[in-house]
Amino acid sequence: MWDWIKIAVFGIIALLAALAANFARDLAYQVHALIVMAVAAGMFIWTVRRTGEPSVPAPTGYNDGVIRYGVIATAFWGLAGFLVGTFIAFQLAFPALNFEFLQGFGNFGRLRPLHTSAVIFAFGGNALIATSFYIVQRTSATRLWGGNLGWFVFWGYNLFIVLAATGYLLGATQSKEYAEPEWYVDLWLTVVWVAYLAVFLGTIIKRKEPHIYVANWFFLSFIVTVAMLHVVNNLVVPVSIFGSRSVQVMAGVQDAMTQWWYGHNAVGFFLTAGFLGMMYYFVPKQAERPVFSYKLSIIHFWALIFLYIWAGPHHLHYTALPDWASTLGMVFSIILWMPSWGGMINGLMTLSGAWDKIRTDPIIRMMVFSLGFYGMSTFEGPMMSIRAVNSLSHYTDWTIGHVHSGALGWNGMITFAALYFLTPRLWGRQSLYSLKLVSWHFWLATIGIVLYAGSMWVTGIMEGLMWREVDAQGFLVNSFADTVSAKFPMYVVRGMGGVLYLTGAIIMCYNLWMTAFSKRVPAAVATPAE
Amino acid sequence: MNYHILREIADSWVLLALFLFFVGVFFWAWRPGSRATHDDAAAVVFRNEDAPAQDSNIEGAEARV
Repeated sequence: MWDWIKIAVFGIIALLAALAANFARDLAYQVHALIVMAVAAGMFIWTVRRTGEPSVPAPTGYNDGVIRYGVIATAFWGLAGFLVGTFIAFQLAFPALNFEFLQGFGNFGRLRPLHTSAVIFAFGGNALIATSFYIVQRTSATRLWGGNLGWFVFWGYNLFIVLAATGYLLGATQSKEYAEPEWYVDLWLTVVWVAYLAVFLGTIIKRKEPHIYVANWFFLSFIVTVAMLHVVNNLVVPVSIFGSRSVQVMAGVQDAMTQWWYGHNAVGFFLTAGFLGMMYYFVPKQAERPVFSYKLSIIHFWALIFLYIWAGPHHLHYTALPDWASTLGMVFSIILWMPSWGGMINGLMTLSGAWDKIRTDPIIRMMVFSLGFYGMSTFEGPMMSIRAVNSLSHYTDWTIGHVHSGALGWNGMITFAALYFLTPRLWGRQSLYSLKLVSWHFWLATIGIVLYAGSMWVTGIMEGLMWREVDAQGFLVNSFADTVSAKFPMYVVRGMGGVLYLTGAIIMCYNLWMTAFSKRVPAAVATPAE
Repeated sequence: MNYHILREIADSWVLLALFLFFVGVFFWAWRPGSRATHDDAAAVVFRNEDAPAQDSNIEGAEARV
């Protein structure tokens, strides 16, 4: 019966999408309607072919299939996001790379949101979904709740990414940083996210362990808060049901404050709380010792979520936002330094008594490096939120450097470590294909980050100082174009850093592929003749 | 019910409640007798690696789907 309902629903969706494509008022909407039509038609055929088959007994054990797909998607989107990022870095250094034949699709303005969303939401989001499904099952000692709902979350989320990415290239954007997708894509993400919450919460509710392990607290706060941020920041009125354009409900400084309340907590809960969930599981597992202090992890959790939610206004110093509000954001950002470092210390001290693993285990080395960069960027961030520092750093490349030391160093490295941890286990292998390649990846990524962050510090502070330089009569000394030409060498260095980071990721993908899919024989154990 | 009333409530009682909750978390984490609970919770990651709790002894790794 359920199959027949599904067939009807998919058929109707495909038909409505075809109608929408016909009546579409803009290209992006039309392409999206065609994508939806193709997906619904494919699901229709797939369901028809399976209907009436004898039902297989419900599987037991952990649901790892969806996690395997998540690992592959994470690696794929990581490569795509790093590649686009490296390309747009060179576009900034060499504007001729904004090719004439790609105008309107492949120029910097269109590719930049593609890069940010690909790395944050596609790479990071798939990593979060996969690892949270892995961790919540193991720490709850029960199978993922909801049957195939976990698959819906995975495929639904990746459909969201495809719609968002194609929308950026075709110009469908509501011009909110990190919240660019238009109204119908936002609605779809809301549906998927509610399903994600249901799967995660359902698994926790039917857990066989008395405790909800701390990693699950972090994941849950990430899921709940992102739902709230997403819904509030995307309150819009569509211009037409057949078009991608929409009008914001809020305007002026209220809209700006809502956007940066969203934007900073996307950093706080998506890129921090969620990845801390990974950290609290994978670091103890890889180090083979429990977390340094479980009490500290509880304090870390509550302090982090209590403080982060207030920090958004530091993005709006010296704007129409009232001074008290930006001071509030600044003060909470500085207080936030403490729980962040508490968490870093908790992760690093988990290795106490096993420090030798940093030398012998390249995966542990990645985790330690990642925690180091977590600490570095959670120190840099509060410092940059101070109004006086912000007056120098804001609108400069220093901000870009800060974001990337957090994203490449903390999020990237902990995700790579998680992928190296998961792949042998998910595909039932004894070990990784090559630890030597992990070391290569580690060093390439590390040198890449150092080149990236170093060049952005230099160019950011330089351009900040050039912008504020006045002569004896009080006239500005430098024009904007002067700073652009002065920044050129650093832009090339930044691009080279991106190349190294991308090369490391390619090596990782080769290593993971060989681990999962190669038909290698286990290394022969040399037994002495007797 | 307007902005100012909400602001008054947020500045007084809600602030107090949130602050007390926050301080309470510290006392709760360090309450007497919590060490055993926390040691057990910290060890969760080393249990049930391959299969859920109820059928952990039968199939083991093969039970993965």
